[in-house]
Amino acid sequence: MGVVADAWTWLTTGSNWSGESGAWHRLGEHVYVSGIALALACAIALPVALWLGHLGKGGALAVNISNAGRAIPVFAVLALFMLTPLRSAGYLPTIIALVLFAVPPLLTNAYVGMREVDRAVVEAARGMGMSGGQLFFRVELPLAYPLLMTGLRSAAVQVVATATIASMVGQGGLGRIITAGFNTYNTPQVVAGALLAALLALLVEGALVAADRLLSPLRKTV
Amino acid sequence: MSTQFVAQSCLAANDWICGEYVRTRSQELTDATVQHVWITVVSVLIGLAVAFPLALLARAEPRFAGPVLGLTTLLYTIPSLAMFSLLLPVFGLSAALVVTGLVLYSLTILVRNIMAGLEAVPEEARETARGMGYGAGRLLWEVELPLALPALMAGLRIATVSTIALTTVGALVGKGGLGNLIDDGVQTTFKAQVLTASVLCVLLAAVADVLLLGLQRLLTPWTRIHTAKPAPGRTVKEKVAG
Repeated sequence: MGVVADAWTWLTTGSNWSGESGAWHRLGEHVYVSGIALALACAIALPVALWLGHLGKGGALAVNISNAGRAIPVFAVLALFMLTPLRSAGYLPTIIALVLFAVPPLLTNAYVGMREVDRAVVEAARGMGMSGGQLFFRVELPLAYPLLMTGLRSAAVQVVATATIASMVGQGGLGRIITAGFNTYNTPQVVAGALLAALLALLVEGALVAADRLLSPLRKTV
Repeated sequence: MSTQFVAQSCLAANDWICGEYVRTRSQELTDATVQHVWITVVSVLIGLAVAFPLALLARAEPRFAGPVLGLTTLLYTIPSLAMFSLLLPVFGLSAALVVTGLVLYSLTILVRNIMAGLEAVPEEARETARGMGYGAGRLLWEVELPLALPALMAGLRIATVSTIALTTVGALVGKGGLGNLIDDGVQTTFKAQVLTASVLCVLLAAVADVLLLGLQRLLTPWTRIHTAKPAPGRTVKEKVAG
């Protein structure tokens, strides 16, 4: 229990929060790279997945990209990026890696969500004379929403976790508090940094669950 | 230009692809791969051993189902680096730390899939077995488990592939199998080492996936009666063409 008390002391010491390697700056870096990466991943994956789902094409792609995303180690991709000229491009290698790992869950879930819309409902909407656009926005998208949000949640959790690993190749973020603690054999700092990273991930997950409930297009009917 | 010269220059030039690296460091690569494999195997086996009773408990006592699923999902949300770090005071710099973290991660997928598999067992199959005088244990072992195998194996494959990828993060405490080589290579900007270890890691995942798929087919010969119809690959192609 001594370590937990020491970690608490670390967390409540003001000087650990200020400065270039302080917790506030690390948290800012973490949120910044995660936010940009998640937005970019959504901008790339969602139009593609929704379009393919609307057309009913590319199922193999959606499944395979998800399997590949699981098999490729995040750490390896980050390490490979750090050995290219990207190394000197600030947060860019982290952001690209985060986007790469956020795309599969977004793409697969959005695609499956679109494909699992009841065909009878789609046929009925067509029969009512809905155009492709109307069908997409008024029928398919609202019905695909739950899985779309599931994809967004797993992508967000993945992004926050990957941003932590970025510290192992010398990039910023909350993980740096952990790796710095390892380098100086400071276990309380390691635990404190880990608590912050875990807390951020849980907060992001919680916020998205709440947003999901508030924004659900099916809420009124339930 | 002799092959000797070409081979040595790829190490000196810090090329991404270097046969000389693989040849001269084959022992190091083998050791790292062996560590990677045993950490993965031990983690997944312990994960199965823990997930199984949890899934059975959640099924037998529905009031436990929520907490079991909630807790395993919560664990999955915690970043791997943070998880390993939180275990540091308990395990120190040891392989037990990495294995424990990996077990906790595998639980989400394994518990969910075992439960889904058991839920999908047709009620008629259960009733028939009970009518034939099967007790609870024999029903589980001889009827429910075999019928739940496809879902269980699907979960096992996902858990194994994810675990192989995550093991690399164990480099944090020097027990990351091939991850150790990646970690070392990135510190010393040794391109061949990082790329070779990364590729080996992905290969390991692919091989494990194929082996488990083979095991699944071996264990569930009855499911192939269905796949005798058009192969799944073909239907996908038809969809793409149409």
